[in-house]
Amino acid sequence: MKLHDKLINAFENLAQNRAASESEHSSKLRAQGIAVFKSQGFPTTKDEEWKYTSLNKSIKRDYNFSSEYSLDLEPEDVDRFLCARVDSYKLVFVDGVFSTSLSNTTEQDKFSVSTLKEAYQGNSEVFNQHYGSLADAKLSMVGLNTAFAEEGAFVHVKAGAVVDKLIQILYINSDSSKAIMSQVRNLFVVEDRAEVQILERHQSLSDDYVFTNVVTETSVGNEANFKHFKLQNDQDTATLVDSTFVKQGAKSSALVDTYSFSGELTRNNLHFEFAGEHAEAHMDAITLLKGATLVDHHTFVDHAVPNCQSNQLYKGIYDEKSKGVFNGKVMVRKDAQKTNAFQQNNNLLLTDFASIDTKPQLEIFADDVACSHGCTIGQLDEEALFYMQSRGIPLKEAKAFLMFAFAGGTLKNITIPQLKEQLINLVAYELKVDLELNEATL
Amino acid sequence: MLKIQDLRVEIEGKEIIKGLNLEINKGEVHAIMGPNGAGKSTLSAVIAGREEYEVTGGTIEFDGKDIMDLAPEERAHAGVFLSFQYPVEIPGVSVTNFIKTALNESRKAKGLDPMPAKDLLKMMREKQQLLEMDKQFMSRSINEGFSGGEKKRNEIFQMAMLDPKLAILDETDSGLDIDALRIVANGVNKLKNQDNAVMIITHYQRLLDHIIPDFVHVLYDGKIVKSGDKSLALELEKRGYDWIKQEIEA
Repeated sequence: MKLHDKLINAFENLAQNRAASESEHSSKLRAQGIAVFKSQGFPTTKDEEWKYTSLNKSIKRDYNFSSEYSLDLEPEDVDRFLCARVDSYKLVFVDGVFSTSLSNTTEQDKFSVSTLKEAYQGNSEVFNQHYGSLADAKLSMVGLNTAFAEEGAFVHVKAGAVVDKLIQILYINSDSSKAIMSQVRNLFVVEDRAEVQILERHQSLSDDYVFTNVVTETSVGNEANFKHFKLQNDQDTATLVDSTFVKQGAKSSALVDTYSFSGELTRNNLHFEFAGEHAEAHMDAITLLKGATLVDHHTFVDHAVPNCQSNQLYKGIYDEKSKGVFNGKVMVRKDAQKTNAFQQNNNLLLTDFASIDTKPQLEIFADDVACSHGCTIGQLDEEALFYMQSRGIPLKEAKAFLMFAFAGGTLKNITIPQLKEQLINLVAYELKVDLELNEATL
Repeated sequence: MLKIQDLRVEIEGKEIIKGLNLEINKGEVHAIMGPNGAGKSTLSAVIAGREEYEVTGGTIEFDGKDIMDLAPEERAHAGVFLSFQYPVEIPGVSVTNFIKTALNESRKAKGLDPMPAKDLLKMMREKQQLLEMDKQFMSRSINEGFSGGEKKRNEIFQMAMLDPKLAILDETDSGLDIDALRIVANGVNKLKNQDNAVMIITHYQRLLDHIIPDFVHVLYDGKIVKSGDKSLALELEKRGYDWIKQEIEA
């Protein structure tokens, strides 16, 4: 049976059991979700938005939708996937199930770091107000997720509150007895003048195939400050489709950074919408791939109101047979005067087999705006390599220096030193060099 | 120290060096002069190991060893230094980070531990003073936004740090004003001793007023066609190259 049909059947079986425990609101969203997925199915390369990335291989596999054999994990088993030495709240999910023992949640007057599970029952006003309202329900992968998702991170920061620690969210797949498809969901509600920083990671411990379809909805209030870092460094058996929706209020600042190092196939759909004036959005990304890995970044920034600013800096380095896609769409609507929209996508191809499809897409309907985009595809500068070699720096290290320099600027918005250090170490590890590559270098 | 015999070099099928002989011993300063397109920069790049050039004949020995098969970094570790005519800008890599890496890679190749940070800093300060360089210079990205003079001073600063046996200065005087020329030449003279050697590639006499050569060679059409002492450089300055061309053709 095709995965599509299998999912439809599974939904019907689940629906009856769920009806009793979930709110009418939740049930309604699920029904809408499955209807969208049922009619559209998985995206194909005939779909303009999926032209360069085929899910074919990933959806031909025989997945189970829930796990029976979860590993009994100790904190030591998962800590290496988290940002170390930084005091943080943690939400760890193992095979789609929240792990109390591995997590460190909090429920305070001013903010809560918890899970979505209970919220589906309808007792949370915040959930009822925001869940499903930010994601684009017309998208088939969103529909699929809404139909099935039963668990995920739920962060609510009340007006004026500052979350004192980094929030780390880790989704672990531990079941190695079969291929697993999982649907997880995040809801971040950051009210006016509130501040929070979140790190998210999906990690498989199994050798079997994993398909994760995650949807994140983020509401950023007026004058709020939100940062979301995604670390994508999964095994080469992992498919990840990430759809993230951020809606920003006036004078707010929101950032979503994406650092991709491995995984079989990763698709990032990142949507920003400005709902209030004088807000700014930042998107930085390093994509550093080898093997036959594919990472596809699709961004969409909707300048719906005047006086907002968006910045996109996407840098990719592709080795061996890896493949990258960047499609950056910026919409400046008729009334969105004084918009500042910047987009930059720079790529290095290290071999003749690596490839990048890059497509800037600016649609501007206002006349008093500053929009720019630039994209480059190049190789390492031979002259610079020879210069360094002639000073005694071996070729591998010389290349690493150039690649580090190339990736410069992408970590500039990280204010947590431990996180910055971890990313620098990851880059150095990927480049296989033992150089003192410091913050100044990047 | 350096012994080049019957060297032939091509790039993209075009022969640039056509049977060149040159011997440089320790303690000597050699100047290579010649008109544009004679092959001067090709010669320096080939000695340093640039791969774009195809060596089709002859040998290059350094310290009695054939270095033709060595990578550029291995030649650097053996003691060859090339000061570039156009030093390359590398945004994002500081001068300090760059020179530290270069120095320690060289030490690693010799089986030595990395230089302790304190010693390195002290050495850097000394060499900075020698080249009258600003301290802030060290934290800037290498050659990025440097003036012509700063780039060349930075080249000689690196030479001072790496302490090569053979320093090849490829048109180090180009783009320098009088003061920068004096500083650079002074730096080279201070580094010069009985155990190392310098090969200066230049169009003009003016650098040779400051760094006095023991030998002057004229490179013309891929060969050294005339050698002499420092007076040859003065004669070239006065008379140009036409008389040499006539001598050869005669």
